[in-house]
Amino acid sequence: MIDPLETAERLVELVGDRAEAEAACSTGRSALTRFANSSIHQNVADDFVWARLRVSVGGRLASAGTDRPTDGGLERLVERTLAAAEMRAVDPEWPGLAPPAPAPETRSYDAATHLADPALRAAVVREFVDAGADLRAAGYVDSNGSQSAFANSAGQRLRGRSSSSTIEAIHRTSTSDGRGWQSSSRLADIDGAAAGRTAAEKARRGDDLVDIEPGRYEVVLEPFCVANMLEFLRDGFNARTFEEDRSFVKLGARQLDRALTLWDDATDPRAISRGFDAEGTPKRRVGLVHEGVSLALCHDRKTAAKAGVESTGHAFGGDAGGIATNLFMAPGTQSVEQLVAGVERGLLVTEFWYTRILDPKTQVVTGLTRNGTFLIEGGQIVGGVPNLRFTQSYVDALAPGNVVAVADDARLFDGTYHVPTVRLASWNFTGGAKG
Amino acid sequence: MFDVAEAAVEGALAAGATYADARAMVQATEGLGARNGVLERLAQNESAGVGVRALIGSSWGFFATPDPDGARRAGEEAAAIAKASAVVAGPPVELADVGVAQAHWDSGWQEHPFEVALSERGDLLVDVTATMKSVAGVGVASAHMHAWDTQKWFVSSQGHRISQHLVECGTSMEATAVGESETQRRSYGGIGGIWGTRGYEMVRESDLAGNAQRVGEEAVALLSADECPSGVTDLVLGREQLALQIHESVGHAIELDRILGWEAAFAGTSFLDLRELGRFKYGSELMNITADATLPGALGSFGYDDEGTPAQRVDIVKDGIWVGVLSGRDSAHVAGLPPGGMVRGDGWNRLPMVRMTNVGLVPGDSSLEEIIAATDDGVYMETNRSWSIDDKRLNFQFGCEMGYEVKNGKRGRLLRNPTYTGITPQFWASLDMLGGADEWVFWGTPNCGKGQPQQYGHTGHPAVPGRFRGVRVGVRSR
Repeated sequence: MIDPLETAERLVELVGDRAEAEAACSTGRSALTRFANSSIHQNVADDFVWARLRVSVGGRLASAGTDRPTDGGLERLVERTLAAAEMRAVDPEWPGLAPPAPAPETRSYDAATHLADPALRAAVVREFVDAGADLRAAGYVDSNGSQSAFANSAGQRLRGRSSSSTIEAIHRTSTSDGRGWQSSSRLADIDGAAAGRTAAEKARRGDDLVDIEPGRYEVVLEPFCVANMLEFLRDGFNARTFEEDRSFVKLGARQLDRALTLWDDATDPRAISRGFDAEGTPKRRVGLVHEGVSLALCHDRKTAAKAGVESTGHAFGGDAGGIATNLFMAPGTQSVEQLVAGVERGLLVTEFWYTRILDPKTQVVTGLTRNGTFLIEGGQIVGGVPNLRFTQSYVDALAPGNVVAVADDARLFDGTYHVPTVRLASWNFTGGAKG
Repeated sequence: MFDVAEAAVEGALAAGATYADARAMVQATEGLGARNGVLERLAQNESAGVGVRALIGSSWGFFATPDPDGARRAGEEAAAIAKASAVVAGPPVELADVGVAQAHWDSGWQEHPFEVALSERGDLLVDVTATMKSVAGVGVASAHMHAWDTQKWFVSSQGHRISQHLVECGTSMEATAVGESETQRRSYGGIGGIWGTRGYEMVRESDLAGNAQRVGEEAVALLSADECPSGVTDLVLGREQLALQIHESVGHAIELDRILGWEAAFAGTSFLDLRELGRFKYGSELMNITADATLPGALGSFGYDDEGTPAQRVDIVKDGIWVGVLSGRDSAHVAGLPPGGMVRGDGWNRLPMVRMTNVGLVPGDSSLEEIIAATDDGVYMETNRSWSIDDKRLNFQFGCEMGYEVKNGKRGRLLRNPTYTGITPQFWASLDMLGGADEWVFWGTPNCGKGQPQQYGHTGHPAVPGRFRGVRVGVRSR
């Protein structure tokens, strides 16, 4: 049995005084049960181990990794990493290693999820499928767990662990699909029947299709969509993107609607995370937007040193900069039903699909709706709508005056975003099934 | 490593599998990246393990481990996982027959990338990024290089015993000019670079140094170019953009597992109906598409797929009519078709699935310059910047890096933010001119995402320039 901290410490020991070294190791199991046409067709699992080493030889950097930590694998890793560093030029911006510091304890590990029996996942699938009766079901249930550790030659030593479980699945009629999903650190929290009922209701409700023309519509966007928006917007809060002038963010300016407050916090009990980043910096809460005002950036050690601040613990490895991975959006006080009831004519959207950014500075994104798009008239859902394409700046959509309301239903999506449903004044749909 | 794969298969069979196969793999990768004249990334990784499939009833069970001593146990786990699927069972899986091969295959190379000094490879990237950055107005100049050396040992319970050694590599570079309110990017290569199942000779032939200055200058020029007008017009696509058009609107649509609904919840399904195979009009008569895993040096080439089926060339669209699919042994059996040899997994720890091989256009008889000369009023677009398509592979929207207005047979003003949108069969039906064999390039994508858990496939797309009539361009966000 490979111990991650022993492996990381061994790498640092093998490097010795030849270089500054930081090492990380993680071990665990990933498992996923996949179904389509209402039966399980792909059921997979793998045990993994990954050891990663980064060295600085007088500011000359190199990194390497291996999943072969035995039989000389660590020794080979050390020697080829040191050899590679020798041919690099000195990086004048190398900030040095993270100093020893304790990391906060996070509470997102469940041993039963880490080593879940495939029968448990199959039972959740059964519940989901049964909730749809005669509908065709497709999707997956997963259960994952890992233990990780970090060590560097400055004396930092850290252990962490986390687990996660998700159901993301659809029920299908002959003309319409509906999505249900849940995410947690515990497989035992995943309610296949509830997710199935949601998916089935959406699929059946969308069966009566209303054809509408592309154009601008008021929208109610469910958490799946809001999470997608944050996936792009978070790049603007990456200090590297900001430093290179490719970010939309203007610190101190009210760029988003007053209704929006965003932060990143791996230490929140609702988050799924270990307590430190890829450079061994402890995680902490970082407020990114307060009532629409852009406040701060996410840093790794390099961008922090250049900015004259401390790393915020958002290093992802290499020179990616600071990436937020535990994002929260403050919920509102209205229910989703109240948001819908306030819409004279607009669309309720379950999911965004195949979204691609056209330019990081304008945050213009193109994508499509999917798995449950409904027309609202007079505050009532009157029918389903075929999937629509949009071309929309995410920043413009959330700009001051454009967020009509935020719902009280914030929940965890994809293990990364804790977000509610939002009602927005305008969204630009530019095409549909006909073009 | 054959013994590792054999142990995994034996373990699965002993635990009740009716069929089992296993892939033991050893893979080494090297990636370099430079930014603004500085080598920033130098990563060398090594990975090895075994992944085993066990078939019981209506489900595959799959288990993978990095521990070669755990291969037999991995087979037993795979069988246990397959048995657990019986709680939500479907029709039993059967496999189309393939010949049982015992063979070795090498992709071949002139210059193994790992034998080229790291300093030489790094210096190339440093130099070209410095050149691009030296152009006033370029904010970020980056260049990358990546190489894979993969050895596989495949064993099946039917007697297959196949080893393969593949060497792949590629390179890319791009310059980003930062304006007051937007950025403009110009890159070199095809779909995110130039990639192939070849050695370092591919990088040398790509002539990054000879194109770096131009790339930087074009990025800056785009900032002050006119915006692509909105409207319906004739669209001429450069061959590298047409390669991605093929990938998204043909390659994925013809995957048989999508057509059968096996990917419905994630990647989606297809607008294609198997009952229409052999008679559905996919495009104009100029549209001839093949899936060919035997093309020398193309990124989607190999000797045998990960089910032991030999690489082959399959017609997909002939004279505009849909005639073929991408299939594996299980999907082919359902459809009553011969297996296409198109199943691959991303590494030893991912379940092999249907993947594009080299899905590309058969060349026509024209040329880019002839196409432009024959166009009275249109837009020419080059090099992809963004791509998006619906889950049936019908409604798509692409953005390119640069465009040119075409008037009276000549390229005119430079255009920024050129985009176009369409519906797949209508779009391909409007194809009326196609570049010839002289302009035929085997483009590749090393990052095609599919499956859950996600895996990334290497696919190839031979393409030439082409013209499409009456296409909507210039999609706006406001």
